[in-house]
Amino acid sequence: MILRELAHSRTGDKGNTSNISVIAYDPQDYERLRRHVTVDRVKAHFSDVVHGDVVRYELPKIGALNFVMYEALGGGVTRTLALDIHGKCLSSALLLMDIPND
Amino acid sequence: MRKIRIGSGAGYAGDRIEPAVELAEKGDIDYLVFECLAERTIALSQQAKMKNPALGYDALLEARMKAVLPICKAKGIKIVTNMGAANPLAGVKKTAEIAKALGLKGLKIAAVTGDDVLDTVRSKPWRLEETGTSTGDLGNRIVSANAYFGVAPIVKALQDGADVVITGRAADPALFMAPLVHEFGWTMDDWDKLGKGTVVGHLLECAGQVTGGYFADPGPKDVEGLGRLGFPIGEVDEAGNLVVTKVAGSGGKVTARTAKEQLLYELHDPKNYYQPDVVADFSQVTIEEIGDDRVRVTGGTGRPRTDTLKVSVGYVDSYIGEGQISYAGPGAVERGRLALDIVRERLEIMQVRTTEMRFDLIGVDAIHGATLSGRDGHAPYEVRARVTGRTDSMAEAVRIGNEVETLYTNGPAAGGGAFKSAREVVAVQSVLLPRTFLTMSVEIMEV
Repeated sequence: MILRELAHSRTGDKGNTSNISVIAYDPQDYERLRRHVTVDRVKAHFSDVVHGDVVRYELPKIGALNFVMYEALGGGVTRTLALDIHGKCLSSALLLMDIPND
Repeated sequence: MRKIRIGSGAGYAGDRIEPAVELAEKGDIDYLVFECLAERTIALSQQAKMKNPALGYDALLEARMKAVLPICKAKGIKIVTNMGAANPLAGVKKTAEIAKALGLKGLKIAAVTGDDVLDTVRSKPWRLEETGTSTGDLGNRIVSANAYFGVAPIVKALQDGADVVITGRAADPALFMAPLVHEFGWTMDDWDKLGKGTVVGHLLECAGQVTGGYFADPGPKDVEGLGRLGFPIGEVDEAGNLVVTKVAGSGGKVTARTAKEQLLYELHDPKNYYQPDVVADFSQVTIEEIGDDRVRVTGGTGRPRTDTLKVSVGYVDSYIGEGQISYAGPGAVERGRLALDIVRERLEIMQVRTTEMRFDLIGVDAIHGATLSGRDGHAPYEVRARVTGRTDSMAEAVRIGNEVETLYTNGPAAGGGAFKSAREVVAVQSVLLPRTFLTMSVEIMEV
């Protein structure tokens, strides 16, 4: 199963930093997201894109995780050479992540 | 408990106008807020103002004001906007002209000024937060410096009876929180309320992004009516509790899911969301659907503000040259890659001086690179080769696109639709400025 079946997601940008929310469709899946959508896995998933640290924040009250990814946007929307200048497509890419059955 | 209704009429400078008209006509709103300043907008506006002192406000201010002023005047809806950009006074003058031309009388239009701290930033070197380098290194390339300010001057304008308040670089949520502070008499050290007010502003400031825009994903997340998307209304009580809703019958939808996505949009640490008036804490926010297109948001709070204000510094960073060309049919990907290789070689032969380059095949791996793109490996019917590079001058930037265009007669078979561009890049970085450097003022013009 891929993450898209359990969660929805939105990307935001501030300077060269991207944040991606991962929000459980069913709040009961929140713990499962916490277990499988880890900082290390997100960093590996975006190894071509993210060159800085990845930090995860937890929001159990809304069943969501928030990933903050540094050095992710080629210098940020105002100067990047990237086609997707804001990194808005990153959320969809994260939803490709494999989630093991458990 | 007393409530007010705030409509969000724009989520960015180029946003649709008719949803704002719909809010004014049918939204039963007390305030209409237009948030139109992205990180770089004010720097570009400053350049426009340098060329013509009567400009430097938002390019769509005239169209927006023409569309909503008569309705807002008739219904007593107050307008708050950062469409003043680099020149709020000129924005006020233009708005007054429009009001007169429309035959509107008895309208008070306020300009909030003082966020332009270019002289202060130029007076000595400041540390740039993003790179750790100094503003001194940017020399005369700095074109603008504007401090993100809070609600105080907007509240002052409303207290002085303004019907329309036009600002520059207010913090986005402050545009929405100012009416709350004004109407409910919240004190500026009531950190809990200011935290709640920040939640209100944060959810509303991107307009359609909380009513189903930037959300639809056919299948898992369907949204009806995006062509006539309704913009949000925030119904806020004196305690700072929020219900997000929209005009009945408009397109889109407000659900717990749309609200959750927007709550986390452009947020880093949910416990520490730094704003000019408060350090807001979104970590305990709860979101529940209480009716059709009605979502209740509670539990925001905050802690005392910091002693510094974020200043956005705009500077001429570099130049970017770009060229694109398409290939289709069998072998399209191979011809696209050949095209990229040829341009790479040409830029070397021609000694085009660049500091950063990208060679992308749009439709194959342009957005996220080979690892993420390689999952299913089928050959697309068409590709678009894209070459883009950073240079130190416009003349060099132009040469990049030229080497893509010459592929027409010198490159792989059947290359079509070449396009080239070159542009100056105004980038932004931030410095932290002690509050004492900022003096805001309010000027009211009456028509």
